[in-house]
Amino acid sequence: MNLLRGLCQRVVETQVWKSFFRHGYPNTDGNRALVMFSNVVLHLHPVRVRRGALKLRFSWCLGGLTFFFFILLAITGVFLMFYYVPDTRRAYNDIKDLGTVVYFGDLFRNLHRWAAHAMVLSVWLHMTRVFFTGSYKPPREFNWVVGVILLVVTLLLSWTGYLLPWDQLALWAVTVGSKMAEASPLIGNAGPFGPELGFTVKNDIAFVLLGGTMVGQSTLLRFYVLHCLALPLIAALFMAIHFWRIRKDGFSGPL
Amino acid sequence: MVQTQGLSARIKKAAEANLSPEDTTLVWPHLVYIELIAMVFSTAVLLFLSLISPAPLEEVASADTTPNPTKAPWYFLGLQELLVFFDPWLAGVVLPSLIIVGLMVIPYIDTNPRGKGYYTFTERKFAVTGFSFGLALWYILIVIGVWFRGLDWSWYWPWDDWSHHQPASAVTLIDLEVIIQRAVGFSDAPLIAIGQYGFSAANLITVLLFLGYYGIGFSIPFLLMRSFYKRLGFIRYNITMFLFLSMLGVPLKIALRLLANVKYVLITPWFKI
Repeated sequence: MNLLRGLCQRVVETQVWKSFFRHGYPNTDGNRALVMFSNVVLHLHPVRVRRGALKLRFSWCLGGLTFFFFILLAITGVFLMFYYVPDTRRAYNDIKDLGTVVYFGDLFRNLHRWAAHAMVLSVWLHMTRVFFTGSYKPPREFNWVVGVILLVVTLLLSWTGYLLPWDQLALWAVTVGSKMAEASPLIGNAGPFGPELGFTVKNDIAFVLLGGTMVGQSTLLRFYVLHCLALPLIAALFMAIHFWRIRKDGFSGPL
Repeated sequence: MVQTQGLSARIKKAAEANLSPEDTTLVWPHLVYIELIAMVFSTAVLLFLSLISPAPLEEVASADTTPNPTKAPWYFLGLQELLVFFDPWLAGVVLPSLIIVGLMVIPYIDTNPRGKGYYTFTERKFAVTGFSFGLALWYILIVIGVWFRGLDWSWYWPWDDWSHHQPASAVTLIDLEVIIQRAVGFSDAPLIAIGQYGFSAANLITVLLFLGYYGIGFSIPFLLMRSFYKRLGFIRYNITMFLFLSMLGVPLKIALRLLANVKYVLITPWFKI
């Protein structure tokens, strides 16, 4: 036992260890504060919080869980990207292969799907909680606006992902959405004042969204790039602002 | 003074005040452990769901066969359900945009300083009631879209045979202006004409009714609830009332459709509502 303790002592005193960790074992108040300062992930937190903010019945952990689902989606999503090509001739078979050829392919796809459902729901519930606790009130107004942007990005992420399996469910769910885009006032060919402003099926907002007049190869590629690159980057940017604002303004929770 | 306050009131007051070290606690380990447990627990739930309920994969996408019904993802089914009652430009574009803008302006139109950082109904009745109403509408429409809509987007109860088409509805939908026209006996000839567009007497009445809905809605609190108006001020009041009346208009139109078979309440040469 003494040998082990001695060994541990030797390890934590090495230059290598000290370059990694700039705090001792967090069993004293000093080290517990230091660990929050010196760890980049934990640094999202303050060192101290109000006791009331810890109450499960106050926050329900919903904001943190939403962020966790996002990370889970990024991890499972990267795995799925290894096996998926956004080509209408093979996308469907790539998804089929996940269930038959790829080790744990089905599990990762199922996890990705359930985490996506969970994220949409947890964003909604998180916003509901924030509303009912009045946590958007000054000085946190702007962070609520950032939160609404994150809600929209979350829904767009889910929706763009819906097309990728390229099955009937995917194609027609996205077709429903594109019909609505066509009906946009002013910028859709079937919407109020759209035709009057010169919009046709070949230049309106639905054409931009789909990359054509119907859901096809261009749409799949567009949705793939939006889903795997553009939207996650936008989400990450606004999440950074969201978390930074929480750190600046503190939790609104009671004592 | 302090002793006369109730415990909950004192706690609420203290929440607003500056904190002494005794009111706070270290994030490590107290918060970090809660987060760890939440993450482990939710991962377990997701793994369990993944194992018992795998992701669906239907036939390969084909533009030749349209599934019946065609359903959007569940989180958009509330909006799709609105397509029964509104044209796509409203149900799919304008109403969702109003929801998003409406959510964004909430912190700027809610001037009530109370109820910050704790759950309360009594201190912010209007805000909580209004938000809950919208929330209920959102979830009810989704539940209908997910579990009660089958072939041809007809209504199906869980015990109905979902593989058979429901009999075609015997009801014919009718525009509000036609109802007025028939009831009062107006001619459908244009009463006035602006350029190439003619407007019948009944049509003009529906325009007045539509504007009257907003007009009366804006006036009632302005005239009878002066403190409400004064607290919000001119700009906040108008934004709040427009959003509130528009939200209320959605179930109102739904009710008109279900109870009186009204198709459109307002018809213009450019759009119909």
